Amino acid sequence: MSATATAPPAATPDGAAEAAAKPGSGRRPRWTGGRIAMLVAALVLVVAWLLPLAWAVATSLKPESETTKTPLEWIGSTITFDAYSSVWESGDLTRWMFNTFFVAGMTTLLTVAFSAMAAYGFARTEFRGRKVLYGLVLAGIMVPPQVLIAPLFAEMVQLRLVDTYWGVILPQVAVPAMVFILVKFFDGVPRELEEAAFCDGAGRWRVFLQIVLPLSRPVLAAVAIFTFISTWNNFLWPFLVTTDPANMTLPVGLVNVQSTYGVRYAQVMASLVIAGLPLLVVFALFQRQIVRGVAHTGLAGQ
Amino acid sequence: MTPPATTTAATPPAAPAAEARTQSGDGIRTVRHKWTEHGLLFTAPFLLIYALFLIWPLLYGVKLSLGDDNIAGTEAQFIGLDNYAEALTDPNVWSSLWNTVWFTVLSTVPLVLTGLVMALLAHHLRVAEWLWRLSWFAPFLLPSGVVGMLWMWMIYPSGFGLADQMLAAVGLEPGIGWLTDERYAMLSVVLTTVWWTVGFNFLLYLAGLQAIPQHLYEAAEIDGAGPWHRLWHITLPMLRRTTGVVVVLQLLASLKIFDQIYIMTGGGPDDSTRPILQYVYQSGFTGYRIGYASAVSYIFFALIVVVSLVQLRLSRRASEEKAQ
Repeated sequence: MSATATAPPAATPDGAAEAAAKPGSGRRPRWTGGRIAMLVAALVLVVAWLLPLAWAVATSLKPESETTKTPLEWIGSTITFDAYSSVWESGDLTRWMFNTFFVAGMTTLLTVAFSAMAAYGFARTEFRGRKVLYGLVLAGIMVPPQVLIAPLFAEMVQLRLVDTYWGVILPQVAVPAMVFILVKFFDGVPRELEEAAFCDGAGRWRVFLQIVLPLSRPVLAAVAIFTFISTWNNFLWPFLVTTDPANMTLPVGLVNVQSTYGVRYAQVMASLVIAGLPLLVVFALFQRQIVRGVAHTGLAGQ
Repeated sequence: MTPPATTTAATPPAAPAAEARTQSGDGIRTVRHKWTEHGLLFTAPFLLIYALFLIWPLLYGVKLSLGDDNIAGTEAQFIGLDNYAEALTDPNVWSSLWNTVWFTVLSTVPLVLTGLVMALLAHHLRVAEWLWRLSWFAPFLLPSGVVGMLWMWMIYPSGFGLADQMLAAVGLEPGIGWLTDERYAMLSVVLTTVWWTVGFNFLLYLAGLQAIPQHLYEAAEIDGAGPWHRLWHITLPMLRRTTGVVVVLQLLASLKIFDQIYIMTGGGPDDSTRPILQYVYQSGFTGYRIGYASAVSYIFFALIVVVSLVQLRLSRRASEEKAQ
């Protein structure tokens, strides 16, 4: 029990760890030989990790005729956004971008809302069958969605949800690990707060909406971030359930049309940059929250 | 009973609560009544989705796997365990299972070690934290389609891809079939995967490192322990739990490999990189044998359950050790 309990109450252990790290960083160690060697190693890894991204961006900004030059020139004769404008105009890229935003946004909204409600129900209420149902939810953590693709698709055919937004969204909302994470969090919230509100005459839902949810903001953010990233990037399920390019998400659409760009390097790279950029921008803006959210949700999800 | 962190947070409102509870028997009854209210209503929306899109397909798949259903929807016959018998003697099942396991073994080792090294570097350098996080974790946020296509074009033996340019720059012969030569195809996918997802392990290790109490190091320093001694005798032992988590999550993630291989090699050359999920896809979605695909899925599921159970046992043993 206690083995997993450390991860979910996101605020406390993380804050403690950071506080513990702070006094250490106050007296930053001197630049000894060993530390310089470490810095060099780290920088080598940074270069290796940034190189592919730099190459993609550099290629996308060249005139098409210069992308196949050898030896490699990182910057062409001019910097041009031609590849971007032709990709933007020619393809369904804007459509896929919208689809991905809608699908990821809707999935995140529903996952956070339904998981938080369910977790509160399991953690704080009593009803017949609560233990059995919660056990059933916990058991579902063991079932990877990839195992269900064949029967799920057959079900989607019967429900007529193939090639619809809801066909992409709904299966991605049924993630039992998120309920588990939130139940663990609610278990750590003292009941006194809610009892006081009950005594003041507040109802169940008001307590949930006005006391419990605001208290849970960090963990809800973690769940939301994790869900949004994984839905935005999900490939297998949207790839299976959409066949009409108008309904595809960005990752699926890109792969679907990869052959139509031919060997127009600049355009291929421009389309990849466009597809990768939104989450990278979000990451640059919310580094801390995302790092924390991903680490905690990932840990507790196991 | 109450940990210090929570009591500080709850101090102001907790006082009236305690008061209220002592007021009268009537007050207690209403509070208890409130705790039991609306339970099913809270859980119903999630349970509905959960039942429809996880429980039901799980059961429906069992039924499908016992019939000769195809996606076209013609009348299916009950054929018992025939699909399973066929799958167990199907060389494609075994080869794609083997490819999956081989990928898992090849990818888990570098993914865990590189993540650890990155975290150690970032943690001990104490400078430019944003730079490490940005460059090592950012690829994790890219869709598999972007990663797969970027690497495919980068290593494609065209003469002007980044890999060929670099080979030429150091005087080596370019034009290696990184994705078309059986000797290199799987390694190329592994390399791509390490670049893409190591940032996640890096973050988990970084969190693990930050949780190690500082006084352990201070004590060791007083005892005159050098940096290597501290690494072997404090840091790595204290990271054992994190390592366990990272390895298990990595194994489970690697076993589900599909995207990169489908995008980069399509399972080739000569099916030598085809993972089990791609075989499920091929039998069910392009071969229309949804019943057979379900049966193969459950064989794959069994493999994952075995790994999960081993993990559960290990983590239980670890927490028992901890408790002692």
